[in-house]
Amino acid sequence: MKKKKVTNRTMIQESTQKWAPVFLWPMLVAFVIGFVWPFLQGLFLSFTQFKTTSKWTFIGIDNYIKAFQDESFRYSFGYTALYAIVSLILINVLAFAIAYALTQKIRGANLFRTVFFMPNLIGGIVLGYIWSMIFDGVLGAYGESILTNSTWGFWGLIILMCWQQIGYMMIIYIAGLQAVPGDMLEAAQIDGASNTKTLFKVIIPNVMPSITICMFLSLTNGFKLFDQNLALTGGLPFIINPDGTSVHTTEMLALNIYNTFYGQNVNSRGVAQAKAVLFFILVATIGLIQLGYTRKKEVQQ
Amino acid sequence: MKRRTSDLRSQKRGRAALSALFAVISIIYVFPVFMVLLNSFKANTFVKTDTFGWLTEESFVGFDNFIKGMTFGGYAFWKSVLYSTVITLLSTALILLCTSMAAWFISRVDSKFCRAVYYTCVFSMVVPFQMVMFTLSKTADTLKLNTPWTIPVIYLGFGAGLAVFMFVGFVKSIPLEIEEAAAIDGCSPLRTYFSVVLPMMKPTMISVAILEIMWVWNDYLLPYLVLDRTKYMTIPIHIQYLKGSYGTVDLGATMALIFLSIVPVIVFYLICQKHIIKGVAAGAVKG
Repeated sequence: MKKKKVTNRTMIQESTQKWAPVFLWPMLVAFVIGFVWPFLQGLFLSFTQFKTTSKWTFIGIDNYIKAFQDESFRYSFGYTALYAIVSLILINVLAFAIAYALTQKIRGANLFRTVFFMPNLIGGIVLGYIWSMIFDGVLGAYGESILTNSTWGFWGLIILMCWQQIGYMMIIYIAGLQAVPGDMLEAAQIDGASNTKTLFKVIIPNVMPSITICMFLSLTNGFKLFDQNLALTGGLPFIINPDGTSVHTTEMLALNIYNTFYGQNVNSRGVAQAKAVLFFILVATIGLIQLGYTRKKEVQQ
Repeated sequence: MKRRTSDLRSQKRGRAALSALFAVISIIYVFPVFMVLLNSFKANTFVKTDTFGWLTEESFVGFDNFIKGMTFGGYAFWKSVLYSTVITLLSTALILLCTSMAAWFISRVDSKFCRAVYYTCVFSMVVPFQMVMFTLSKTADTLKLNTPWTIPVIYLGFGAGLAVFMFVGFVKSIPLEIEEAAAIDGCSPLRTYFSVVLPMMKPTMISVAILEIMWVWNDYLLPYLVLDRTKYMTIPIHIQYLKGSYGTVDLGATMALIFLSIVPVIVFYLICQKHIIKGVAAGAVKG
């Protein structure tokens, strides 16, 4: 009987396989056009000097050396890292606190949840301009603007991203908190554990999977941020160095790469592509490291 | 017993206080959107000098900003709305159809090639757009995928990773016996897919649709680099163009357009809130 079933499955699989042109190819062709080919071509072009994708000369790792020597790139790396860490902590602590409060059966919890999630649906460009109006409205009273001081640019972006992302992370935390087994909480209560103790010894270990996901998401989101950065400050204000190069003081990695690609100097496209490869390695590695690290702390299930 | 009641009472009071606190935070949360609406009725100069002030006889301009905004910047706003809608709907439909079919095929045909495709899809989820943006926009240009009617192919290609990942996750949980029964009854794989598998996939379809709609509708850089900007703009491109354009910026008109672009999003959210929140939670795997 068992053998017959296996043959059936193989037969069905074989007949399905013939249908690859209908099922698989449309997605595959688009995937090659929209991802595989541009990715490989990009990887290759990072080792060349090029203005257009068809006109290139091979120059080895020169672009990578230039990328590391570029002060604006190193600056934007430090700036992005600082931003990503600060936003990671703020967004997750606040989102968890809100999720925890909203799962305590308070009145209006659903309405609050609706409101907190709403900014998530507004696009980054629009968000940037909404907040630049708000910040300029506040700072304008003192004759300043969000573009005149990089400290304001930094915290402005943090506030904007908290406003947008807290609701998103909150949803994931609420799902995690609701999945904490009720009998575990009851047992803690009967044993006389305080609320704080229950939170740290029972609830947090149980929602560790959600915490993993949220930290992973907010860190990569932080590193990949582009639209909000472009719309809020666009990298301004900038400093001109004695040697004529300039550093945009609120420019994050993605915007720095974009400006290197599409700036005035078309000869720097190879460098831009090398920066993009480094950026890709960074984003992919951070994701993996963090997953590995936080997974260890998860409750074994 | 007495302690118990006082405990409960203080707990109740604590909850009421928490509700009140969240009510205040909610108002602060909605405040920026409200400011957009308020300022869309103000004359240009007042948006900057009196952002938070109520409308006065001097500052109030009625619907002037909205009327001006329609043609402001030398590009009709309705065209941007139209192109955004076309691109979002076509891309989402294409992604849903093609990736769900591919995902089913990959899960059901056990071959090295299928596994390679699957892992490349998963890999593509961690690749940031900047890595491919230059080469991708050139490829799109060469293949004439630079119009609102053809750019969905690019969205399908670059967005395939997450969608395939989510569909494969779901298909693996469907028992094979149902499809086997259909196959033994003489259904072709195509028929099996459309009459047996597709209806079961509905919840995942909705989640993926929500994620793709939110992504494509708000996406700025991809259409900005791929589309022929003199002919086609989407809403985010239009807004960026107005604010980033050289010369004078009309803040009143920009706020009017920003408000108009938020309204459909909020309406969509209020109608499909349940699905949106579920879809977002399901898509949280993306890095």
